[in-house]
Amino acid sequence: MSLASVVIVGAGQAGFQVAASLRQEGYDGRITLIGDEPGLPYQRPPLSKAYLLGKISEPNLLFRSAEFFMAQRIDLVHDKATAIDRLNRRVLLAGGGVASYDHLVLATGAHNRPLPVPGAHHSGVFGIKTKADADALAPLAKAARNVVVVGAGFIGLEFAAVAAALGANVHVLELGDRPMARAVSREMSELFRTAHEGWGVHFDFLQGLASIEGDNGRACAVVTSDGRRLPADLVVFGIGVIPNAQIATEAGLEIENGVKVDTYLLTSDPQISALGDVACFPCLHNGEQPTRLESVQNAVDQARTLAARLVGKPTPYSALPWFWTDQGDLKLQIAGLSAGYDSSVLLGSPQAQQLSVLCFRGGQLVAVESCNRVGDHMAARKILARPARLSAAEAAAPGFDLKAWEAANRD
Amino acid sequence: MPTLTFIEHNGTEHHVHGDIGQSVMQAATFASVPGIPADCGGACACATCHCYVDEAWVGRLPEAEGSESDMLDYAFERRDTSRLTCQLWITAEMDGLVLRLPESQF
Ligand SMILES: Cc1cc2nc3c(=O)[nH]c(=O)nc-3n(C[C@H](O)[C@H](O)[C@H](O)COP(=O)(O)OP(=O)(O)OC[C@H]3O[C@@H](n4cnc5c(N)ncnc54)[C@H](O)[C@@H]3O)c2cc1C
Ligand code: FES
Repeated sequence: MSLASVVIVGAGQAGFQVAASLRQEGYDGRITLIGDEPGLPYQRPPLSKAYLLGKISEPNLLFRSAEFFMAQRIDLVHDKATAIDRLNRRVLLAGGGVASYDHLVLATGAHNRPLPVPGAHHSGVFGIKTKADADALAPLAKAARNVVVVGAGFIGLEFAAVAAALGANVHVLELGDRPMARAVSREMSELFRTAHEGWGVHFDFLQGLASIEGDNGRACAVVTSDGRRLPADLVVFGIGVIPNAQIATEAGLEIENGVKVDTYLLTSDPQISALGDVACFPCLHNGEQPTRLESVQNAVDQARTLAARLVGKPTPYSALPWFWTDQGDLKLQIAGLSAGYDSSVLLGSPQAQQLSVLCFRGGQLVAVESCNRVGDHMAARKILARPARLSAAEAAAPGFDLKAWEAANRD
Repeated sequence: MPTLTFIEHNGTEHHVHGDIGQSVMQAATFASVPGIPADCGGACACATCHCYVDEAWVGRLPEAEGSESDMLDYAFERRDTSRLTCQLWITAEMDGLVLRLPESQF
């Protein structure tokens, strides 16, 4: 069953990778990559860190050059897909065109959850999702004196570190009681809280945003839920994302926290697959629970699994989730998913800002969080890729070394 | 513009123009050199931009620093000449640099 035409909606990390991997797998049919952002496909991670600091220039955000898309016969269409006509197997485009498919891939990603407060429309209020966001934000970040960050998640904290390095007073409002509370252990949160405070970042936990005040349409202050007024010439929010599942919903595909797919990344329509930030899949590393992940690893590895299936080599998606975030001089890396872990073992020293937290659930190692301990992270990725046999008691023994354990337990 | 040579495991050579200040990985991927997936896009988080620096160039490049070296321990078949190309920044002195690709990146 050779497909004459694959149409991919969304030209981000996942969509680009599906196209590139299809050619690598020897797929010879038509590839149409439809994206609603201008320019060539680019990577997002530097947008909230190195790119804002000018450490990565614009061309170096791109995955590949224009020549690559030509040579690989990847037809890049700059348009927005507005509907899926499943009956006739075609996608309708905002510009009036249509793209006919034998197989359709939804790689539409997610958009930032908007700030639900009065004044959110003022200029000087930013979420960071696209290069356009970062380009508009960069000059303001350099000039800002008082920055308020709403949400102490990964992107908010990455930006807080950037803004502090650029010399602003940075104030972070967070509804939870610690940074990155939904994603990392208490110990790791504590290390990052201390580090950010050392860079001059001020945290307000258990604190929401009530409104943003403007002066001639520009943000000039925020009001916290307990009624305090904080000056702010720049407000950056990162309070989660909403999957871009609208066209899938309207086409009647099954939806469950994004586009629902099976372990082969197939939607409820056998001619349509979905992956990346928009897709909710049964994750083998999360007890086969429906899981939606937002990471480069997830987009890239799912793209490879999907491309292989489309050329007749189906395998269930089983890659180990891993993630990184860079904040100041700290690199946090996470291997596996720690959801519901019930015990942990610490390696290293939080004071030295070198810490690994080994998370166990029911006696089984499920995740390892590492700050500035790259070796532990890479060893953990090897260990967790297979059913892990490392016990908490073993890991807690004096002098335990994760890299050495991994090397001794390869088979 | 410095010219870099990448030699695939099967011997195929690619001559690539790099920009000063760009990473060697970026120059290679822009020129569509195959075999460098660079999954993390240069964040020193994946070890899939691994290359061997030609013997003649050993000692003429800045040393691999802490996290690059730690990552390299987990790259496919690390050797003394191994580098993560996303951590090598192109300078004028690198004109003529020769890099060999490993058999695999995984
Ligand atoms: C600022 C920032 C920093 C990040 N940092 C990290 C990090 O350090 N480490 C990490 O692992 N991950 C990081 N991520 C997450 C990572 O970038 C995403 O998980 C990844 O980009 C997801 O890929 P995707 O293709 O699913 O979605 P995206 O890359 O978001 O691509 C989706 C594309 O589809 C387009 N689109 C949507 N609907 C339509 C339509 N109807 N028609 C046409 N086009 C459409 C969108 O405009 C977008 O271009 C970061 C993300 C952001 C935003
Ligand atoms: S590109 Fe990922 S480590 Fe170099």
